[in-house]
Amino acid sequence: MIPVIVILGYLALIAFIGGIAFKKSKENTEDFFLASRSIGPLVFFLSIFATNMTAFAILGSSGQAYRQGIGIYGLMASSSSFVIPLTIFFIGTRLWALGKKFGHQTQVSFFRDRWECNHIGTVIFALSAAMLVPYMIISIMGGGTVLSAISTSPETHQALIAYPVGCAIVAVVVTLNVFLGGMRGTVWVNILQTLLFLCFGAVAVAVISHKLPHEFSYYMRNLAADPKTRFLVTREKMPPQVFWSYTLIPLSSIMFPHMAIMCFSARRVSAFKQTVVAYPLAILAIWLPCVFLGVLGFATLGKIPDPDGVLLRLLDAYAPAWLAGVLGAGIISAVMGSDAHQVLALSTMFTRDIFAHYGGRERFGERRSVHFARGFIVAVTLIAYLVALALKEKQGIFEIAVRYAFSGFAAMAPVMIAALFWKRSTKWGALAATLYVAAFLLWTALMQTGHKPGDILWQAGDIKVFFINPRGDVAFWNGFMTVLPMVLGSAFCVFLFSVLTPPPSAATIAKYFNATAPHAQP
Amino acid sequence: MMKKILLVLLIAAVYLAHQDSWNWSKADPMIFGFLPVGLAYHAGYSIVAAAMMAVLAALAWPKHLEDQEK
Repeated sequence: MIPVIVILGYLALIAFIGGIAFKKSKENTEDFFLASRSIGPLVFFLSIFATNMTAFAILGSSGQAYRQGIGIYGLMASSSSFVIPLTIFFIGTRLWALGKKFGHQTQVSFFRDRWECNHIGTVIFALSAAMLVPYMIISIMGGGTVLSAISTSPETHQALIAYPVGCAIVAVVVTLNVFLGGMRGTVWVNILQTLLFLCFGAVAVAVISHKLPHEFSYYMRNLAADPKTRFLVTREKMPPQVFWSYTLIPLSSIMFPHMAIMCFSARRVSAFKQTVVAYPLAILAIWLPCVFLGVLGFATLGKIPDPDGVLLRLLDAYAPAWLAGVLGAGIISAVMGSDAHQVLALSTMFTRDIFAHYGGRERFGERRSVHFARGFIVAVTLIAYLVALALKEKQGIFEIAVRYAFSGFAAMAPVMIAALFWKRSTKWGALAATLYVAAFLLWTALMQTGHKPGDILWQAGDIKVFFINPRGDVAFWNGFMTVLPMVLGSAFCVFLFSVLTPPPSAATIAKYFNATAPHAQP
Repeated sequence: MMKKILLVLLIAAVYLAHQDSWNWSKADPMIFGFLPVGLAYHAGYSIVAAAMMAVLAALAWPKHLEDQEK
């Protein structure tokens, strides 16, 4: 009961924050979508970090560590701590400057103008929205599942908050927060979320260590001494090809529409400076305790049916109820923080890149555009909620879709890099790369559903180019992840089709490359 | 120019350091008595990544973009 009270209190606080943000808002799209580009350095860091940290950072990381061991930190966390700050440094700062100078609020409007082509923006919008929607649905599903799990009585096994009610609570609170507060309400909630996250790991480790019958070293040594569990404290079972391929996945971060939109919202470019330095340390603060506790969970609890629930079980066994409540609030907060950004990003893109771009703004004005955006937020959340209810049993499909969405966004990074740094890149290069990514994703989805582990999908001579790995995923030559051919293929398409087609006009090249060149005039 | 080359080499070196094949099958030494070496190494790697970003922010910050703040 205590965890449920903590979580409900937290949810009420989020709705309240949305209300305060509403009072501060102005009725124009730049204020609603970007908080008038006024986000200061500390809030910017806390918010951009929260944008990227989903519930996976806590539950998924410990669950994966329970299954695969400590290698998960190097695979997912330390690779992100290297790649994501670099992309924010090189790409985020340039996006910010171009947004500030030319008024862009989304990547799509930048791509349209940079390559003098409406259609390229529309195609990229369609692909981005298609990759983002499953993510949004799974956030609501995750929220419903967690609320239901946390409120389940250990004696009666009855959930105080049933799954549909849990999904509804998450959907309503997210809608209220985004509907009322827009970007301002979303980033204020993110502050709370990141602070909760940053404190949780250290507190959980300290509390659990106090209650455990033995010291941490005892459990770790036992795992290392047993040949059956040694893989948990090494990377013996982790293929180096997967470990290496995974370093490409964090390229997706800056290509997620909500992440790019966050970059447009900073007041000053100096906000990025503190962010890029603090980002790897924040990853360390969250992931290290969660991965460690996941492995410790195996050592202390043995086999459990739901590895993603290992942290909840550890807290149940070794921590007071209030800490489980804080964890629940942290998870719900992570679910809703990223969901709110996704909903806002979809609404921003749809309102700016489709509604306003195709004449809606001229016809209805700025004020009505904000009303349209709010209506879109309600509609999209309602649809996501209904899908989350109707397809509860098909959650696995959405999880696969999200996994491939990361590869898809990572494969769009060469398009962004070309737009920002290569004058000669053309709309045809960008279009070819986008279609390549879309086609690859579609092909992967078809192959994934129609084949079983071990099936060879394409063989050239003796070389298995594509096959289904033991996990059931499509894999590339020698066991590399498909993100590798996706990123390389996308980069090749941008290059080849750009050199084969005429460059953008000299005026556009001057406009964009003088704006971000070292000696540009303001 | 020299500064740029050194910074590129720094980024490349930090990237390569991520692929710590020498720790692959090792659990020992346990750092602080309980952190397997592979985990401690990558925790340290995150700190090195932060230090690298601090160096980049100090020596290669795109100052010209600050013009857009005006």
